[in-house]
Amino acid sequence: MALPALPARLKPASVWALYALGLMPGLYAFYLGIYGGLGADPVREFEHLLGTWALRFLCAGLVITPIRDLLSVNLIAYRRALGLIAFYYVLAHFTVYLTLDRGLILTSILGDILKRPYIMLGMVGLLILIPLALTSNRWSIRRLGSRWNSLHKLAYPLLLAALLHYVLSLKSITLEPAIYIAVVTVLLGYRLVRPKLMERRRARRVTATR
Amino acid sequence: MSLYRPPRTQSSEITPREVYLSRRSFMAGTAAGLAFAASGTALAAPLAATPSAYKVADKLTPKQDVTTYNNFYEFGVNKSDPAANSGDFKPTPWAIEVGGLVAKPQVIDLEKIMTEIPMEERVYRMRCVETWSMVIPWIGFPLSALLDRVEPLGSAKYVAFETVVRPAEMPGQSGFFQPLNWPYVEGLRLDEARHPLTILATGLYGETLPNQNGAPIRLVVPWKYGFKGVKSIVKITLTEKEPPTTWKNSGPSEYGFYANVNPAVDHPRWSQATERRIGEGDGLFGGRRVDTLPFNGYADEVAGLYAGMDLKKFY
Ligand code: HEM
Repeated sequence: MALPALPARLKPASVWALYALGLMPGLYAFYLGIYGGLGADPVREFEHLLGTWALRFLCAGLVITPIRDLLSVNLIAYRRALGLIAFYYVLAHFTVYLTLDRGLILTSILGDILKRPYIMLGMVGLLILIPLALTSNRWSIRRLGSRWNSLHKLAYPLLLAALLHYVLSLKSITLEPAIYIAVVTVLLGYRLVRPKLMERRRARRVTATR
Repeated sequence: MSLYRPPRTQSSEITPREVYLSRRSFMAGTAAGLAFAASGTALAAPLAATPSAYKVADKLTPKQDVTTYNNFYEFGVNKSDPAANSGDFKPTPWAIEVGGLVAKPQVIDLEKIMTEIPMEERVYRMRCVETWSMVIPWIGFPLSALLDRVEPLGSAKYVAFETVVRPAEMPGQSGFFQPLNWPYVEGLRLDEARHPLTILATGLYGETLPNQNGAPIRLVVPWKYGFKGVKSIVKITLTEKEPPTTWKNSGPSEYGFYANVNPAVDHPRWSQATERRIGEGDGLFGGRRVDTLPFNGYADEVAGLYAGMDLKKFY
C-alpha cells in the first residue's frame, strides 16, 4: 500500500515545510504568552506546552521505522527533522525552566536537579539528545559509519527517560498520560520484536526467490 | 513582602473593595436578568458581607484568575477544567449533614444558616502545594460558629469533611481513569477547626461562590496547602481518630494530614521554598517568585497549635 511518492525535487522543500510546521505550536504559544493568552500561570503553561511538543516529536521520530516496516510507507527523509524539532523543543523547555520558571537561581536549580528524580530524568533526556542532535547531519553519518547507528540507538532510552520524566511530574495518572504510556510502550516494544519479525520476513523472501 | 498581621487594620482601609463594589452592582443587574434562564445553577449573585480585619495587605489576585485557574478534580484534572465543566452543577438547595461525636447532630440548611450567621469578608493568601499562590477576598464565617451549634462532645478530637458526589453534574467523577477516589475527604484537628482563621467560605469577590470554586460552601484554612480546602461540602463529622484524607490516601509519602505550608519541607517533586504569584504582570515576563513563609505567613496566629511537634515528620 505505497503512497504516491513525492517527486524527488520537492523533498527538500517538504522537509523545510516540516520544520516550519513543527515549530509553529511553540512560536504560537510564545506569541500567546507575550500577549497574555496562556491563562493565569503563563510560565508553567508555556513550559508544559514545550515539554509536551518535545515528547510528541520524539514519538513521531520513532514511528517512522514501524511505518516503513509494516505499512511500506517510507518517511525516512523526515526523521532527522522530527528529531531535531524535538531537540529544539527540549532546549526551549529547559531554557524556560532555567529562566522564567526558576529565575536563574542556580543553587535552587542545582538542588532541584539533584533531589528530584523527574528532573534528573529530564536532564538524562537532554544529555542524550545533545550528541544525537550534533550528529544529525550527513557528514557525521559518513564519518561515524556503523557507529552512527549504534549511537542513535540511544533514542530508545531517551524516549523512556522522557516518558518517565513526564509521568513522574504528574500528581496522578489520567487519560492523557495513559495514552503517552501506551504509545511509548508500543514504540519501544516494537523494537524488541522487530529483529524476529525482520528475520522471518527475510526467510520468507529467501524461500520465495528460491 | 508584607507579613500577615493579626487584625488591627481599619475596615475602611480595605481599598480594593470599592473597586469591585461598583462591579458588584453591575453584576447584580446581570445576575437578576439571567436568573430565569438558570434555575438551580449557580450564577454568582451578590453576597453581602461585613469587612473583617482579617486581611493581608498583598495585592489581590484578579477575579478572572481566581475563577478560571484552580484544582477541582471533580470537574477535571486541568486547572481550566473547573471553570469549563461546572456549568451543570446545581448548588441550590443545599444541606450539610453534621454529626458524629456531637450533642446535637443535625442537617443544616445552607440558605437558613447564611441568614443566621453574619458573613464576613476575609482577604487570605492561598498557597497551592504545586507552588503557585493567590490572594483572595473570601466571604464566609468561622467554622467554629457552626461547630458551636452542634456542640462537639469531649471525646471529639477531629473534624472530617466530605465533598458531594454527583457524577451526572461533575464530569470528573465519571468515566475512565479517575484520578482520585470519591468522595473527596478532608480533615482537621478540632483545635485547628476552631481556630478563628478557619472559615467556611460561601463567596468570593463580593459574590456567592462560583461552581468552579466550590459552590455553595467550602473550607478555607489559609495556613495550609490548598488541597485541604475541601469544596462543595455535604457532610461534616466529628471523630475521635484522625480521619482519612484524599491526597494522603493517594500518596502518603507526598501529602500529609497536616499539610501546613512549610518552606523547609519539600514535596518530592516541588521545592516549597518559593512560590509563583498568579496574575502578577501580563504574560510570560511579568511574573515573579516570592519566598514562601512558614504557615503561609500566619505563623504568629497558628504556630502555637503545633508546639512541640516535629513538623518535618507531621508534614
Ligand atoms: C527529553 C527531554 C524532555 C522532555 C521530552 C520533557 C517533557 C516534559 C513534559 C511532557 C512535561 C509535562 C507537561 C505537562 O504536564 O503538561 C514536562 C514537565 C516539566 N519538565 Fe520536562 N522534558 C524534558 C526535559 C526537561 C529538563 C532537562 C528539565 C529541567 C532540568 C525539565 C523540567 C520540567 C519541569 C520543571 C516540568 C514541569 C513540572 C511541573 O509543572 O510540576 N524537563 N516535561
